[in-house]
Amino acid sequence: MQTIFIIAILVFGFLITFQIAKASEYVAVLRGEEKSRKQNNRINALLLLVFLVAGLIGVYYCNEKLASKILKFGSSASDHGLDIDNMLKITIIITGIVFVITQSLLFWFSFKYQESEKREVHFYPHNNQLEIIWTVIPAIVLTVMVGYGLFYWYRITGDAPKNVAQVEVTGKQFEWIFRYPGKDNELGKKYYKNINAAKENPLGQLWEDAANHDDIVLNQEMHLVVNKPVKFIIGAQDVIHNVGLAHFRMKMDAVPGTPTTIWFTPIKTTKQMRLETGDPEFVFELSCDQMCGRGHFSMRGLIVVEEQEEYDLWMASKKPKYFSVFPEKDPENKSVIAAVTGEKK
Amino acid sequence: MSNETILHGLETESHGEHHAHHETFISKYVFSQDHKTIGKQFLITGIVWAIIGGLFSVLFRLQLGFPEQTFPILETFFGKGAKGGVIQPEFYYALITIHGTVLVFFVLTAGLSGTFANLLIPLQIGARDMASPFLNMLSYWFFFLASIIMFSSLFVHTGPAAGGWTVYPPLSALGQAGDGSKIGMDLWLISMAFFIVSSLLGGLNYIATILNMRTKGMSMTKLPLTMWAILFTAILGVLSFPVLLSGAILLLFDRNLGTSFFLSDIVIGGEILPNEGGSAILFQHLFWFLGHPEVYIILLPAMGMVSEILSVNSRKPIFGYMAMIASLFSIAILAFLVWAHHMFVTGLNPFLGSFFVLLTLLIAVPSAIKVFNWLTTLWRGNIRFTPGMLFAIGFVSLFISGGLTGLFLGNSTIDIHLHDTKFVVAHFHIVMGVASMFGMFAGIYHWFPKMYGRYLNNTLGYIHFWITFLGAYLIFWPMHYEGLAGVPRRYLDLRGWHSFNKFEDLNKIITIVSIIVFAMQLMFVFNFFYSIFKGRKVRTPNPWDSNTLEWTTPINPGHGNWPGEIPEVHRWPYDYSKNGRSFIPQTEPIGPDETKDH
Repeated sequence: MQTIFIIAILVFGFLITFQIAKASEYVAVLRGEEKSRKQNNRINALLLLVFLVAGLIGVYYCNEKLASKILKFGSSASDHGLDIDNMLKITIIITGIVFVITQSLLFWFSFKYQESEKREVHFYPHNNQLEIIWTVIPAIVLTVMVGYGLFYWYRITGDAPKNVAQVEVTGKQFEWIFRYPGKDNELGKKYYKNINAAKENPLGQLWEDAANHDDIVLNQEMHLVVNKPVKFIIGAQDVIHNVGLAHFRMKMDAVPGTPTTIWFTPIKTTKQMRLETGDPEFVFELSCDQMCGRGHFSMRGLIVVEEQEEYDLWMASKKPKYFSVFPEKDPENKSVIAAVTGEKK
Repeated sequence: MSNETILHGLETESHGEHHAHHETFISKYVFSQDHKTIGKQFLITGIVWAIIGGLFSVLFRLQLGFPEQTFPILETFFGKGAKGGVIQPEFYYALITIHGTVLVFFVLTAGLSGTFANLLIPLQIGARDMASPFLNMLSYWFFFLASIIMFSSLFVHTGPAAGGWTVYPPLSALGQAGDGSKIGMDLWLISMAFFIVSSLLGGLNYIATILNMRTKGMSMTKLPLTMWAILFTAILGVLSFPVLLSGAILLLFDRNLGTSFFLSDIVIGGEILPNEGGSAILFQHLFWFLGHPEVYIILLPAMGMVSEILSVNSRKPIFGYMAMIASLFSIAILAFLVWAHHMFVTGLNPFLGSFFVLLTLLIAVPSAIKVFNWLTTLWRGNIRFTPGMLFAIGFVSLFISGGLTGLFLGNSTIDIHLHDTKFVVAHFHIVMGVASMFGMFAGIYHWFPKMYGRYLNNTLGYIHFWITFLGAYLIFWPMHYEGLAGVPRRYLDLRGWHSFNKFEDLNKIITIVSIIVFAMQLMFVFNFFYSIFKGRKVRTPNPWDSNTLEWTTPINPGHGNWPGEIPEVHRWPYDYSKNGRSFIPQTEPIGPDETKDH
């Protein structure tokens, strides 16, 4: 019913507008086309000026209204994110100035130089000096922006420090799998043809590689230590995904067949962020930012950043995947198994 | 000079004679070889696609704006795609994919270039028709074929392609990845292949015609800027579309013949695939090697037409004609060298990335020159606000806004944060989508009298402009903020996300505005078709007091354009308000006391 009502209103509005437009054409003929053309000209010139003023107010209003909902500059939860925030700030200032100047000139000229019988048009086909000026100035400004940008870019994409912690992040439709290297800080080898969810091997780890024996495999939730650099080794099993970390300002594609990496240092714990944002439910979220199919919009992972002690405690509760595949190898089970087999004997 | 004109007047044009061939309905309106009719065919097909693409955007905006609401009427129309009145994810992704594909390729490439290149090239350079009218006709019919295939893909039972308009494999390569990667994807690729053939045939023709068939006196530096823009567009298309064609064919191989160009190490839905050694990123290089020039294929014709329309309606020469050509040229060159800025976060070598940053931001220099030159063209002019002129001014405004946000995304550092967020959506819609659409509207309002011998209704034109202009900013400006908050694009429901779930009101407003703007476009379409038959008649061959050659033809030019011989050209097209005269057509010889210099 509501839909029909809305459609009816639209159709009605449509017809009325059309009739007005048609009538205005006849009126123009009656009043003299030239006269009504001039009137239209004045109205549109004025509207352009109004649009400029309203637009600039609108931009200001939008900033005021939405500032609290965007991620504040300098609020990044990673060191690299602070660089990105800086670059963002520089760019917003420069483009903001250019934006206001050029838009103002555009609409102001349109208004000021609207058709008038008194005006003598200035025949002005070119001016080399002027054109050189506005080639050189943007070139200089852009050089500055490229310079700053690349300075930060190399810092962000440069080599990770030696003591970096590693986490492997794997995307598949539509979930995240995380692998920690365990005590040896080495991720064991894997081969995609070994992937077998039923056999407790979601990543295709090669069990003959000893480095795999202490690797811990987790789903959906990852813990990181604050102020400790971490490197993600990123991959995907089926289609391209993307590890998007809005609060850390980091992002990297997860490509099947080609591992990628990013590294950064989380500088705020989840608890800190909760205090800072005044939001007791704040969580770091990992979003898939590359279209990956029907569940793309819900491919969500969680990251908890905490102090070393908390992290250690949490990690102590996790068991390597190796032990779920070969329970007999688990030192905790060994005594139990021995007891069971012993009884049988 | 003037003597030469008289002499030239005695020459006869061999191909100018009007053979009284019998034109049937079919040869005149369907399989026509007249460039003007072909232009109209492109335009009308483009309009049909624009309505479909626009309607799709309204549908997915409904989902984004009102995710908790059900619309039973949608289920009536779209069945299982909108089960229970809620747009399902697969259907949503099909909608955005077809929306993007259709608007980028079918509307803003074929609809824009196809229309105005065909209509204007022979008219503005002074030729009877295109270099090869037959190829030109084929170009349209290949486009038509591509359209039919794409349209039919909407009705296959697994739905049309749904991997996004960029169709990245492996998502687009593997049927197991989702319904949108099944038969719909094959049809998408086949349709694109035909589309590319169409644009190659068109492009070669445009280049050949502009270079070889200019009338006497029409040296390259006397060409209107529209022609320069179309020439560069055609060159871009001819050099880059074949790369996409190869990408599409390789993808078809991967899909159907078991090759591994883009596939490696894949386990999907528990199934282990044998493909090893391919590279998914390779496709992105192939895609964006077209995909980025494509942005300029869309933008350059709009720039050319806007330059023309701004100059005519300011009653002033375009400022810095040579600089405008030079900036078009440098944009065209740079367009080939920036494609990887779409790929900063694919694991691209950071050192390589830095070159693409430099080259990308370099494009801002010619773009800035263009903007400053347009502004100076307005300065101290005597501006007539026809609807075409308003759309041209709107184009400049949008181009500034969208161009500046390009400086965010082109800088790889910031792109890490903003890549694949709503910020990107806002950016490219403003600078490429809406701006080029404005260029297209400007062109339609300006050249409609030439196409149909009638005017579009002026009042509707003004309403159309103001609602669309205001609407475009209302829709896309706030979207930047969503992007700054990190909201990823192609998310149909933000309710599951703590970080992103704070834009409900904003998304509602955007959806409502986009419905109004879409309704306004329907009004324009109505105005368009109504005015073809019932619009106010054009009474003078040169309604805008314009200098260019197309206005020296009769009001309704026949096939061959000029009933007599083709006029000779003596001057550049921008002598407005020179020596106290409102305009001096290109056909007028330079007076003895006149400076030749411009």
